Amino acid sequence: MDHQHLFDFVLTRRNHIQQMKKQIANWGNYPVIESNEEFFAFPEQLQELLAREETFIPRGNGRCYGDASLADTTISTLKFDKILSFDVSAGVFESQSGLTLDQILEVIVPAGWFLPVTPGTKFITVGGAVASDIHGKNHHVDGSFSNHILEMDIVLASGVTVNCSPEINRDLFEATCGGMGLTGIISRVKFRLKKIETSFIRQKQMKARNLEELIGLFDEYRDYTYSVAWIDCLKKGAQFGRGILLLGEHADIKDLNENQKKNPLQLPEKKQINFPFNLPSWVLNVFTVKAFNFLFYSKNFKKEINRVIGFEPFFYPLDAILHWNRGYGKKGFVQYQFVLPLEAKNGLIEIMNRISDKGIGSFLAVLKVFGKQESIISFPREGYTLALDFPVRTGLLEFLDELDQIVLQYGGRLYMSKDARMKPDVLRHGYPGLNKFKDIVRKYNPDGKIHSIQSDRLFLTTN
Amino acid sequence: MPTVLILGASSDIGVAIAKKFASRKFDVLLAARKPEQLKPLESDIRIRYGANCSSLFFDALQYDTHAGFFSSLLPKPDVSVCVFGVLEDEDQAFDDWKLTEKMINTNFTGAVSILNTIAKDYIAQKKGTIIGISSVAGDRGRASKLIYASAKAAFTTYLAGLRNKCFKENVHVMTVQPGFVYTKMTENQPLPKLITSTPGQVADIIYNAYLKKKNIIYVKWFWRYIMLIIGIIPEFQFKKMKL
Repeated sequence: MDHQHLFDFVLTRRNHIQQMKKQIANWGNYPVIESNEEFFAFPEQLQELLAREETFIPRGNGRCYGDASLADTTISTLKFDKILSFDVSAGVFESQSGLTLDQILEVIVPAGWFLPVTPGTKFITVGGAVASDIHGKNHHVDGSFSNHILEMDIVLASGVTVNCSPEINRDLFEATCGGMGLTGIISRVKFRLKKIETSFIRQKQMKARNLEELIGLFDEYRDYTYSVAWIDCLKKGAQFGRGILLLGEHADIKDLNENQKKNPLQLPEKKQINFPFNLPSWVLNVFTVKAFNFLFYSKNFKKEINRVIGFEPFFYPLDAILHWNRGYGKKGFVQYQFVLPLEAKNGLIEIMNRISDKGIGSFLAVLKVFGKQESIISFPREGYTLALDFPVRTGLLEFLDELDQIVLQYGGRLYMSKDARMKPDVLRHGYPGLNKFKDIVRKYNPDGKIHSIQSDRLFLTTN
Repeated sequence: MPTVLILGASSDIGVAIAKKFASRKFDVLLAARKPEQLKPLESDIRIRYGANCSSLFFDALQYDTHAGFFSSLLPKPDVSVCVFGVLEDEDQAFDDWKLTEKMINTNFTGAVSILNTIAKDYIAQKKGTIIGISSVAGDRGRASKLIYASAKAAFTTYLAGLRNKCFKENVHVMTVQPGFVYTKMTENQPLPKLITSTPGQVADIIYNAYLKKKNIIYVKWFWRYIMLIIGIIPEFQFKKMKL
């Protein structure tokens, strides 16, 4: 029967349990793999999964860019997302690891608190924030996320739950922060919040005609809590590295206008635009070029602009466009983020030159100055960090390998959360603490039961 | 503040309904077989929505505890939502009476036992709302859901009768017929994206239907028509189909 097929589609669901593989990818849509995705809502269900699955990698909201949270089997924390405590007077927040930052903001902002560190998207989980040891625009002042963790629980591959903090089981703590989920499943995190008087940001926006000027501005305004710059990667000559520096402070009530004062701790209205499908990859570049040129050349924009805006456009400008990653087309993109020591400014110039000569990168790059940080495997260290997107195309991987060599030559390193392609040597040279990290992973994940495509590629869980 | 009782609060749909009502200024009573598991949900609801929330032991299969369970509730819920249900492997259940019995007793007998108790109280007070989560599976019997579908069919019929009985007593009974939903129950089944809902969507639709005092709702709406079409296939043809 012809129509039989339709009803089969609608109704026939096999009763026997089958391993169902699903196509998944992280934010860069590269690589895309088939994976058996498992969920748990209760510790008991997690124990069942640990007993059943031979190997796996924990996964949050899939907002890292490359292959860090991809494997044959992924254990998702997204249903393990309950708020456990919120001390409104002390500003201490505790939750299960699958909770996303946007949901945390909804609870803490009206109570006069903010995230101690936030990345450029609020759609990441707390567990992901720890596993990537995320940094924000305030790294030079407040450090990375791990700096604000009081204590947390890790469920090891063996099923045992281990509590850790900078004081207790310190090795596990240090290898979990930035450890890409390889020590175990981060199950519960307790961290400190930042006090705010209003939900608004006092923003200063400054134009810099070239890289020299931009770096000078970073230095001049280093007392600002938040700072980041957008750089035009295409300009050469005198305008090489022209950009816009964004500085911010949490606004006090006295900074607000009458309208804002009515509800100083208000949450932004939910307005989102969706990219419903993949676009040809040149489209996003056209958009960003136009937006940047508008900011840069518009007569209304003086060298310096000061205004008070909501925290959302300041911290999460791209979150307003759901699935903006689809703007890079079906083949996906690789985000390349490296950090170079402060004295290696020439390296920065060399890399930017190579990128603009090649002409395959995104038009815009994000530049930020990191403060000091000592850690085993976390990405941030003192220096300049630059991030930009490369749509996937032939020749890209070879080109990035070349860039890697320059990064290493100047004593820099790459961010594993953005990575989908670096070679093991690049990681080894960039992270002096790597062997220590591998030792700790081996101690807590002795059989390599927890591994990802990335950890296989970088030999983090083998050898 | 009004209070909602969630029977089967550890299920994905139960969690979503609890959060939805809490976000609309309801206090929440969570009931499940392992109430200690619900402590994180309890704190979550309190902190997010500022609602009172507590977890209680409830086992659908222990019928003789149901009256005591309900009379111990303080405050008495204004809305009672019956979400619990169980889907076992139908092939195994066909061979194993214990599994068949468990499916019938959880999905039907246990639900009738607790809802009779609640309805009696609501009728006496001349107010209250009962929401029963049944399933489109109950709309027509078929091989691959033999026992589950028949238990849900019985539950759907019970809810219709209860609605009729309670109407003149100012007690409202709402039947919810979800189609495919991404939950623990279905996580090993390949579900077609277009006609599958998330627990959050189910909860939103249920809450809106509760406000409008709807009688029977399908989630999502087109399931009513899918089941209508499936319902009109003549039995001589239907029995030959592989469903």
